[in-house]
Amino acid sequence: MNAPLLSIDDLHVRFPLSGSWFGRQRRMLHAVNGLSLDLAKGECLSIVGESGCGKSTTALSVMGLQEPTQGSILFRGKPFSGPQAPSRMERAMAAQMVFQDPYASLNPRQTVWQSLAQPLRLHNVTARSELSDRIETVMRSVGLTPEQATRYPHEFSGGQRQRIGIARALILQPEIVVLDEPVSALDVSIRAQIINLLLDLQEEFGLSYLMISHDLSVVEHMSDRVAVMFFGQIVETGPWSAIFSDPVHPYTRRLIATIPDPGAVLGLSREAVVDGPAQAPAGWRFADDGSSAPDVTQEPKPSELVEVAPGHFVRLSRS
Amino acid sequence: MKLGFNLILGGVLTGLVILAGLLAPWLAHFDPVLDADLMNAELPPDATYWFGTDAQGRDVYSRMLYGAQISLTVGIVSQIINTLIGVALGMSAAYWGGWWDDIVNGLTNVMLAIPSLIFALAVMAVLGPGLVSLLIALGLTNWSWTCRIARSSTLSLKSLGYVQAAQTLGYSDTRIMFTQILPNIMGPVLVMATLGMGSAVLSEAALSFLGLGIQPPFPSWGSMLTDARQMIQIAPWTAIFPGMAIFLAVLGFNLLGDGLRDMLDPHMRTRKL
Repeated sequence: MNAPLLSIDDLHVRFPLSGSWFGRQRRMLHAVNGLSLDLAKGECLSIVGESGCGKSTTALSVMGLQEPTQGSILFRGKPFSGPQAPSRMERAMAAQMVFQDPYASLNPRQTVWQSLAQPLRLHNVTARSELSDRIETVMRSVGLTPEQATRYPHEFSGGQRQRIGIARALILQPEIVVLDEPVSALDVSIRAQIINLLLDLQEEFGLSYLMISHDLSVVEHMSDRVAVMFFGQIVETGPWSAIFSDPVHPYTRRLIATIPDPGAVLGLSREAVVDGPAQAPAGWRFADDGSSAPDVTQEPKPSELVEVAPGHFVRLSRS
Repeated sequence: MKLGFNLILGGVLTGLVILAGLLAPWLAHFDPVLDADLMNAELPPDATYWFGTDAQGRDVYSRMLYGAQISLTVGIVSQIINTLIGVALGMSAAYWGGWWDDIVNGLTNVMLAIPSLIFALAVMAVLGPGLVSLLIALGLTNWSWTCRIARSSTLSLKSLGYVQAAQTLGYSDTRIMFTQILPNIMGPVLVMATLGMGSAVLSEAALSFLGLGIQPPFPSWGSMLTDARQMIQIAPWTAIFPGMAIFLAVLGFNLLGDGLRDMLDPHMRTRKL
């Protein structure tokens, strides 16, 4: 297997909780607890989980917007976090992000052209002709016309705005694009368009996607691999087919059960996938079945990821 | 866009003050300082002296026009200083957070706790009277509300996608503040600056009234009131007209600020002060 493009090793992120000034040790909120992931070139890896499970914090850490408390992130084998992390300018060429809310992700006072030209100028693309070339190209590849770049964000619909957000993420030609719930704020009718656009762009530019989502039906369309997160840890990870057809962890099963019509998505009956009790392999048990809200001020109980099938890992502890 | 009543009336009043100040040399009938004539002292308003004359026989109307220059200069310059300080501190405090935010917050609270007129008095006492010290004193003592507004607006923008996107695109912190945050907090900041002009005009009048601002014989609305105080019973016009000017100018600035706020922020349209 090739060396991974992006490699997250034992990532911890903790936030101090306020309200204990005197004496006692400061309480910490454990957002991410020892997460390890590899992202290969050209792959789409999805992180799914409920809100508050630490998936967005993970994405922010990858983007350098949140400093990890512990652990390391490597890009092409070089540190991407911590004291040896690259500068913002170098980082910008490696990874970009598409944001969830298309109504908050574009500066309302800048035309689309300004939003796209400013980063290019910053990265030393100053010739007028090259600027307009690259902006035209990127506008076309996200399905907009170059003429539309003279407009302000409020003149566009939500779906168009998300296309502009994608254009801005691609303008510097990064290798990794972090997609933070890229379609969850959009109309259902627009979602498919944006998903197809993202898939086309991935093929065209050889992008690697790290997608954050809570919507398994979106994940199913796009991902090569899925990592299910609960309480800052991966509870199950593997190729999407394995996760969807043979979910082991009770939390994964409950997530799949929330798909309104799993038959249409998976070609399976819901009963076949999620009914019946979750079975841990012999000699193991589920450390936390994800049925109750965790105490986020404590670290999770010790457990490990066990390979139950090739490439398919489940978080278990020894019984 | 529908223009509010406040905006129109405020704009008209402010425009009148600006016109009066700018066109004072042409509109005035007499020199505000040199045309003193004790023979004509304390004349009531008539065709020659529209607003009457003061104790030295100077034309109140002409002095009021020149006084508008002072009030405008004080209002605009001190608010520019206030806005620069307030925005620089508030925006950077919210953006960087941490100890810098704590320091700025503490400083803002201290400034809010001290009545700004008293503080300005202290600064004037150190710098001595005069227009320049007046500008410095009022410019250094009224930035706390602007700072708070800039800080809270920046806080709400900081976590928005386009500010984060600018970070991931490699923008430096200062570039983010100038290109992404500043244009989007200018609305409320402008409103604060306009409202502040009204209070700066009042503070100038108060300080000049106390003898610390504009020094005689030069006219400012505050110093004209000081002169009028002793003869308010025999020559009430010397107090009434500068008082009206202060009232209308402050009203104009405040209405303009209110109107601007309503225009820039549709959510506030229904709320009235």
